[in-house]
Amino acid sequence: MTYAPPYTPHKPQLSPDRDQLRASIPGWGADLDPADRPAVPRERFDPSLTGAHWEYPDQQPEKWPRERSVEHTQLTPVFGTTCPPKGLSGAIRKYAYAKYSEGQAAHWLLLMAGDRVDELESAMRSFLTLRPDNPITQTGVIAEVKRHGLRSRLGQHRADLKHQWMDPIIVGAPWAAAATGVAGAYKVAKNVAGRR
Amino acid sequence: MSTALEANMHAMVYRGPYRVRVEKKDIPKVEHPNDAIVRVTRAAICGSDLHLYHGMMPDTRVGMTFGHEFIGVVHEVGPSVETLSVGDRVMVPFNVFCGTCYFCARGLYSNCHNVNPNATAVGGIYGYSHTCGGYDGGQAEYVRVPFADVGPGLIPDWMDDDDAVLFTDALPTGYFGAQLGDIVEGDVVVVYGSGPVGLFAARSAWLMGAGRVIVVDHLDYRLEKAREFAHAETLNFTQHDDVVRHLKHVTEGLGSDVVIDAVGAEADGNLTQHVTSAKLKLQGGSPVALNWAIDTVRKGGTVAVVGAYGPLFSAVKFGDAMNKGLTLRMNQCPVKRQWPRLFEHVRNGYFKPSDIVTHHVPLEDIAEGYHMFSAKLDNCIKPLVVPSAA
Repeated sequence: MTYAPPYTPHKPQLSPDRDQLRASIPGWGADLDPADRPAVPRERFDPSLTGAHWEYPDQQPEKWPRERSVEHTQLTPVFGTTCPPKGLSGAIRKYAYAKYSEGQAAHWLLLMAGDRVDELESAMRSFLTLRPDNPITQTGVIAEVKRHGLRSRLGQHRADLKHQWMDPIIVGAPWAAAATGVAGAYKVAKNVAGRR
Repeated sequence: MSTALEANMHAMVYRGPYRVRVEKKDIPKVEHPNDAIVRVTRAAICGSDLHLYHGMMPDTRVGMTFGHEFIGVVHEVGPSVETLSVGDRVMVPFNVFCGTCYFCARGLYSNCHNVNPNATAVGGIYGYSHTCGGYDGGQAEYVRVPFADVGPGLIPDWMDDDDAVLFTDALPTGYFGAQLGDIVEGDVVVVYGSGPVGLFAARSAWLMGAGRVIVVDHLDYRLEKAREFAHAETLNFTQHDDVVRHLKHVTEGLGSDVVIDAVGAEADGNLTQHVTSAKLKLQGGSPVALNWAIDTVRKGGTVAVVGAYGPLFSAVKFGDAMNKGLTLRMNQCPVKRQWPRLFEHVRNGYFKPSDIVTHHVPLEDIAEGYHMFSAKLDNCIKPLVVPSAA
């Protein structure tokens, strides 16, 4: 019986030598010395490197009570202002931020729930506009025709083909739920009207 | 300065999982004295944008504009901006960062504490949900860029737009991933994922002296690019019953010295993990690649993670990592820190970043671009977005 690594001390020869590598790979070993690697060491204290000309930045005006993590002791001096919270989804989001820290799963699960409510609210709101949501154009599914949908899948060793069939269900389910809800509400209203 | 005629712009807008469209939005305004407004000339769709597009990232609001990889021309500057002028051609790191908080002062720009009120666990990222600060992104004609004296950099004259936009995330993130691996000469490096970040990580591993680089994926056309662009050996995991066992076999039972996870939250290879994460959103991400990384690397080895995961928990095989004495290293890349050295490498001709670009998509067609990238159609590896005002 022969004995070999990793049952013995020496590293097996698994790669070509450095001359071969240098000859075949442009730039091989250019950053061999960790001193040449910009991410080494991980932390380097030098605030003068960044171009900042403040120790603490000016405060951006807060135009509405900006939702923030309870782990922040103050509003950050700069923040994004897109899509302020609104509607039921906004209430869920504000509650998640006010009540739970980032360390609690409830914080993130509530935010995910807020996202799902936002989708439904926004879709319903869109039907009050001249540009309602259109799941056909918004999913870009026309790319299946323009970008060789069949050829990109047939005969390929692709692991994602096992679950891609679920995607239309994920897109369509809220629309089907909304349609069912509207149909149910109509039926109830009709019954109530019929009893009068 | 913007004029009344230019009061609004076209921008990609999220409408719900798997749905985006182009809408008219107001051109962003200076909201802080050190803001700049940049007219976007190139943006990209990143693999991590797909996590938003698929509805996986908490607090992704309908109406948000995605896009954390973009370059452009300075359109307007706030009153305290000293280093940029209107008309400058700039590249903007995906990190929003202040330059002076505890973390920025130590070079951890991706962990800035002054730009994201929504979370302390992650810094600010353009167009990446409110969990990352609630900033609109660059898949638009214009974008607000905070801390203009800190984040953006002038694009060197010798660099073209397609190369420059890759310097804002994909290239430095891949390069950073290889550095996190603490590669020493002759190391065997396995890279999970042959998307843009994986390709750049594999290419960068050679710069650090790797002796062998093996890239793992399930998309043959991407593995072909890994062989051609990154000079890597490749492995399609669908062709093996047990990818970990195969990789142990090719390393003579030892395991690789370093593994880089360049896949992140939507990893394939285990249907249950993928469905519970990407479809049902019950995990922060599918940890298939991460678990394979933990099992592939040798005892005492290093796993570097640059794939993006959400903040919820994931079913990671932490016991194996502990028992094997692994070093796990990870972070969002502090992009600007990587630039000077990467400029040298590209200028020396070691590689051309834009060799991985496969598609240019007009902003107006961005819904098709997202579908193509998400469904992996037409051999798509890296789609760039071109606004009409570019």
